[in-house]
Amino acid sequence: MNGGADMGGMQGFGPVRHEGEHEPKFHAAWEKRVLAMTLAVGATGQWNIDMSRSARESLPPPQYFAKTYYEIWLAGIEKLMIERGMLSAAEIEAGHMLAPPKPLPRILTREAVPVVLAKGGPTERPSDQPARFKAGDRVRAKNIHPTGHTRLPRYVRGHIGTIELLHGAHVFPDSNAQGQGEQPQWLYTVRFAGRELWGPDADPTLSVSVDAWDSYLEPA
Amino acid sequence: MAHDHDHHHHDHDHHHDHGTVLSDVELRVRALESVLVEKGYVDPAALDLLIETYETKVGPHNGAHVVAKAWSDPAYRDWLMKDATAAIQSLGYIGRQGEHMVAVANTPAIHNMVVCTLCSCYPWPVLGLPPVWYKSAPYRSRAVMDPRGVLADFGVALPEGKQIKVWDSTAEVRYLVLPERPAGTDGWSEEQLAGLVTRDSMIGTGLARVPA
Repeated sequence: MNGGADMGGMQGFGPVRHEGEHEPKFHAAWEKRVLAMTLAVGATGQWNIDMSRSARESLPPPQYFAKTYYEIWLAGIEKLMIERGMLSAAEIEAGHMLAPPKPLPRILTREAVPVVLAKGGPTERPSDQPARFKAGDRVRAKNIHPTGHTRLPRYVRGHIGTIELLHGAHVFPDSNAQGQGEQPQWLYTVRFAGRELWGPDADPTLSVSVDAWDSYLEPA
Repeated sequence: MAHDHDHHHHDHDHHHDHGTVLSDVELRVRALESVLVEKGYVDPAALDLLIETYETKVGPHNGAHVVAKAWSDPAYRDWLMKDATAAIQSLGYIGRQGEHMVAVANTPAIHNMVVCTLCSCYPWPVLGLPPVWYKSAPYRSRAVMDPRGVLADFGVALPEGKQIKVWDSTAEVRYLVLPERPAGTDGWSEEQLAGLVTRDSMIGTGLARVPA
């Protein structure tokens, strides 16, 4: 979706405001709780990471731009849990349970935290399909505008780049976010010249590399 | 996206609780956590441990260890450049948001810089949680178009002809910049070298510290 999250190449946000090398990790106590709740409810297995990203990134752009980072995360988990019947908006308003809990197959216990964090969520999958491209091949990022979740940023669409790295087959976020399965595809790093993306006035020393799944690309 | 450190909603209603003023978002987060605990969806002790982990255990000191080892040990450097996931895991830095690692090395001719324009993808096991600026609209929008302008915001000026390679982490691959080893550090121990490695030098918005 061409939403608010796809920010590469937007202008007018002003300078990067750096707080120094040792900035506080959180800027309010509630941010810590949102981070922890997001990881904990995520570990109950009711959605995958692509659904989680999609819930945040599909916020209407005016909301996405107005919210702080952890406010976006908060909106994301509320949406995911409400959609799955785990709780209702009325319960959040009330601050207590109004309907019985949805039975969940697992809960993240304190004991399981180190194990779950260490395990992570690898996305590489075995594939018997050969890679369509090899390093050095010229490819074009397709001019596509999926209405659902996607990880092909707008600023590379329609542009020609070069295959730089091959990463094996990885879970395809566009399908995985919509509950259509992992449908693994070859994942490549594609390098674009700055002037290909931004025109003749661009910094001649710049190149930008993105990670792109096979179906985002066509031979060029 | 609004800046996280501008989140005080002075124009909203405030509520008083034990003498402190709580914003709407603080109240909502408390309400949500109460419901989740009451429903048995979260273990409050697990939430505390998650926070403790990312506040105190996981951070850029992990990445500094990786970089200092790569500076000191050519065989480790080769391994890191060929298979960063395994080389980093060998030091015990594994797991969430570091499942698939690639290291990119700065040289006199090339400077690397990492961004996630779409969200906030960041190599947690080696760098911890991303700083606010990394997740902010100014960085995400400009890093891919005007990295020299972004570097100027950090007080960094690169030589004019130096190539800048920006890596936009749009998948589950996470990038770690291997900064250039500063001159004047011959014979330094790994521990001494790690002290020169800043978080920003491993994102590419900074350089390693130069010995005083």
